[in-house]
Amino acid sequence: MRIFPRHLSRLAAVATLSLMCSAGAAVLPDDRADAFWSSYKGGGMNITGESVLVRKKFSEQFSAQANYFIDKVSGASVDVLSQASVIKDERKQKSLSVDYIHDKTQYNLSYTNSTERDYISSTTHFSLSQDMFGDLTTVTLGFTDSRDKVGENNGSAFKPVIAWLGHAQSRGYEGGVSQVITKNLIAGTTVEVITDQGLLSNPYRSIRYRDAVPLGYSLGTQVYPNTRTSTAVEGRLKYYLPYRAAASLSYRYFTDTWGIRANTIELGYTQPVANKFIFEGRLRHYSQNSATFYSDLFPFAGSQNFEARDQNLAAQTNNSIGAKMTWAFAPEGFLIFKRATATFDVSRIQFKYRAFRNIKYFNDTPAGGGYKPGAEPLYAFDAMVYQVYLSMFF
Amino acid sequence: MTTRAVSMRTSLKLAVVGVGLLLGACSSIQPWVKPYERDRLADPIMSWNRDAISGAYLDHINESREGSRGATGTAGGGCGCN
Repeated sequence: MRIFPRHLSRLAAVATLSLMCSAGAAVLPDDRADAFWSSYKGGGMNITGESVLVRKKFSEQFSAQANYFIDKVSGASVDVLSQASVIKDERKQKSLSVDYIHDKTQYNLSYTNSTERDYISSTTHFSLSQDMFGDLTTVTLGFTDSRDKVGENNGSAFKPVIAWLGHAQSRGYEGGVSQVITKNLIAGTTVEVITDQGLLSNPYRSIRYRDAVPLGYSLGTQVYPNTRTSTAVEGRLKYYLPYRAAASLSYRYFTDTWGIRANTIELGYTQPVANKFIFEGRLRHYSQNSATFYSDLFPFAGSQNFEARDQNLAAQTNNSIGAKMTWAFAPEGFLIFKRATATFDVSRIQFKYRAFRNIKYFNDTPAGGGYKPGAEPLYAFDAMVYQVYLSMFF
Repeated sequence: MTTRAVSMRTSLKLAVVGVGLLLGACSSIQPWVKPYERDRLADPIMSWNRDAISGAYLDHINESREGSRGATGTAGGGCGCN
């Protein structure tokens, strides 16, 4: 059964493409190899991730990067539990990216394939970055095309029976500018427009509507529009403090044709210590309203054209706090490696939903606490995210 | 000549002067932060996204639980430090 939230494969692919494109323009980043391990625990889900990345320059103009990521999931989220099934799955993602530099222009072409047993996603990305105005300004333009095959596991977690339901296609258009403001301050802005078409709902999530049954409600199939267009604009600043430390601030505004408006603000602080350690702290606040066709409890089945009860589309707020320590355990290098670092990263995220109720244990039966439908407690949970990775530069 | 025609001619002149000023400004843009002054910007702690896998992973965690997506900034990198 596909346990990941809707579009996870595509989101992971796009996030990976960000990974592929994070290099600055007109200079290729260092050769490196990373071994990465992660753990996410929260909302009834346990997800462990393992990843390997290798980046190699073949000349001053050309480099390639390969990445393999595997997610293993067990547990069950609140909406899946409300339908009494447990989940176990894994997602394998392979990415290949090439960069080419000509004069002050950097070209990037990436391909990512992500496979779960009930979801397959292929993403192609192209971008170019141009340095200009004395290399104080970098302009980036990018295009992403993603094609997904969406299925549903009608069997069990251990004996899957996959029904392929349809396809979804997504195209993203991105423009960005990074600007040196002073010798201590750099600013950046990015605009991204994404259009989707096809089967956009998560087949494992259901609407609920009032019904004359003992429970007081029944569950039904979500009906989504088959198109969506979103626009996100982000601005960011990073400042070098006088005692070798950095502070950052970013803000993102998001809007889409489903009526979602979201705001994200992030603060970061980076402090190196004795050329052996880099400590980093970060705070993030996120808030969104509900999609226009979202409801936690519809008055009756088919009460409107489009109906959703996916918690991703519900009004919510979440706050994150994170800390990271990078340890340069071999600053002088060894064997073929110029240097090596180990990094430990921990984040705590508090999710609070303002329009999604927890129906896992609460219903209008004596055993469930006697809540009337629509009066259950709002859903909230905390998640812990751990990351450990080794980075070898050569 | 009608008032409207005068107004259009004035607007046209202003536009030509404005474009001229902009072009003049472009041609005289000089890097106000010299290459030898960019050592701080080139410091790894000033990178937008120092560890690519980790940054992509955290973006992914957020995006797969939220209704919004895109423009996370990591793709627009480059500090003009080279």
